[in-house]
Amino acid sequence: MKEELIIAGFGGQGVLSMGKILAYAALMDNLEVTWMPSYGPEQRGGTANVTVILSDSAISSPMLDTYDTAVILNQQSLDKFESKVKPGGTLIYDSYGIHKAPTRTDINIYRIDAMEATFEMENAKAYNMVVLGALLKIKNLLPIESVIKGLKKTLPERHHHLIPMNEDAINRGMSLVK
Amino acid sequence: MNEEVKLLKGNEAIALAAIRYGADGYFGYPITPQSEILETLEAEMPWETTGMVVLQAESEVAAINMVYGGASCGKAVMTSSSSPGVSLKQEGISFIAASELPALVINVMRGGPGLGTIHPSQADYFQATKGGGHGDYHLIVLAPKTVQEMADFVYLGFDLAFKYRTPAMILADGIVGQMMEKVVLPPARPRRTKEQIAEQCPWAITGKPSSRKQNIITSLELDTAVMEENNNRFQRTYRLIEQNEQRCEEYLTEDAEYLFVAFGSMARICQKVIDDMREQGIKVGLVRPITLWPFPTEAVNRVSQRVKGMLVVELNAGQMIEDVKLASQCRVPTYHFGRLGGIVPNLGEISDAFFNYFPDAKK
Repeated sequence: MKEELIIAGFGGQGVLSMGKILAYAALMDNLEVTWMPSYGPEQRGGTANVTVILSDSAISSPMLDTYDTAVILNQQSLDKFESKVKPGGTLIYDSYGIHKAPTRTDINIYRIDAMEATFEMENAKAYNMVVLGALLKIKNLLPIESVIKGLKKTLPERHHHLIPMNEDAINRGMSLVK
Repeated sequence: MNEEVKLLKGNEAIALAAIRYGADGYFGYPITPQSEILETLEAEMPWETTGMVVLQAESEVAAINMVYGGASCGKAVMTSSSSPGVSLKQEGISFIAASELPALVINVMRGGPGLGTIHPSQADYFQATKGGGHGDYHLIVLAPKTVQEMADFVYLGFDLAFKYRTPAMILADGIVGQMMEKVVLPPARPRRTKEQIAEQCPWAITGKPSSRKQNIITSLELDTAVMEENNNRFQRTYRLIEQNEQRCEEYLTEDAEYLFVAFGSMARICQKVIDDMREQGIKVGLVRPITLWPFPTEAVNRVSQRVKGMLVVELNAGQMIEDVKLASQCRVPTYHFGRLGGIVPNLGEISDAFFNYFPDAKK
């Protein structure tokens, strides 16, 4: 098993933490994992991305030219990464703020309306968990139990009361995938 | 023994490894992309557990001189910075080397020259391996390629520094510093007691007992004859290190017809390029220097005798290639590929460069 992912969007959307939760979940599942962030001066408003590689054998390069899966959360990232999905790979994007939809026909494209879902939930902070839920539904990368364990590892103990809320958001994300 | 697997950034691994090693002190000043070293140490508060001192100094120059002071007392002390900050430390590093003191310096390199960028680079190879500060001295230079090695090399760096009484450097880059991977931290060691330090470091300033003369730590010697003898002694140590401590990793070199040479994060990127090329039936391998000084001359020389050509891939304009050519005595065509200023090449660029230099490899 080997999965090479990029998650890309605006800084502040939780792109890096979503990748981190995925990485921790992989750790719980005894997989090899690398998590490589773009670490430029990205703050809220700028773009941010993270490359996550999950594998059952040793991982060489933590940086890649092409990806099995791209999770895309803004137009700039779509413009940059659509062409970098491997043929037959998967592109998941949130339609919010996208004015130029992806056009490739040789990859599997999933549109999810995660931002809209968070408006309905009145919980913008859970956005990345909704997206993560959609990703897990589409790709079935890891069991949900590992992801919850990963969440527990990433969140400081004082925030553990938020785990049920995050779990709800993950479930909501899963339900967005038709 | 705690065999717990953790997921850590390279910088965090260095900080946690330092505490577990039983380091006595860390002195530093924040700079991207290595600020998590200081941050993690502050968050861990080792002064309440092991008694390790963690201090954010007023500048890089102050930090390296605090290291000089701690090392003079036989303590296991360290500092970390990134390229521009390491330039500031060079005077202190030269003094520490000239005073024959152990210390650990970490450079998580970023693009230069000048203040440059905050993105990954390997452009401080010359500075780290050829001196950096003034005078005839060397550091033992270790180049980690994984987060695990970031942790392990804290132990190795300190151990070698104490063994040879010379400063060691971990020369990492922004990629290894910022990425997260699985790590098993090395077993914890207690900090050495005052008595153990006095016994293991008879040269250190530990308070003069009536049984010996006072110890003096200085790099100043105005008597040229004595200063030359000091230099000869340093050189004897360096020859010994060259003999004993060359380290490198070979990847698929057994049947390789062409060779990549790369260190740190670039070695991993090259490994991926090699795997892809092997799938096309092209016999390529990699030599990864782990010690950049002493350079693994023996291995590069040996492997170069079996190959048709070498491509040295570095995040700089061509620095380690000089040592590769010297080690292989320019026996085979040897080329360099690199990107500058914080740009990391993609895999395709590297293989394009390879086929550009070695078009026959495709046949």
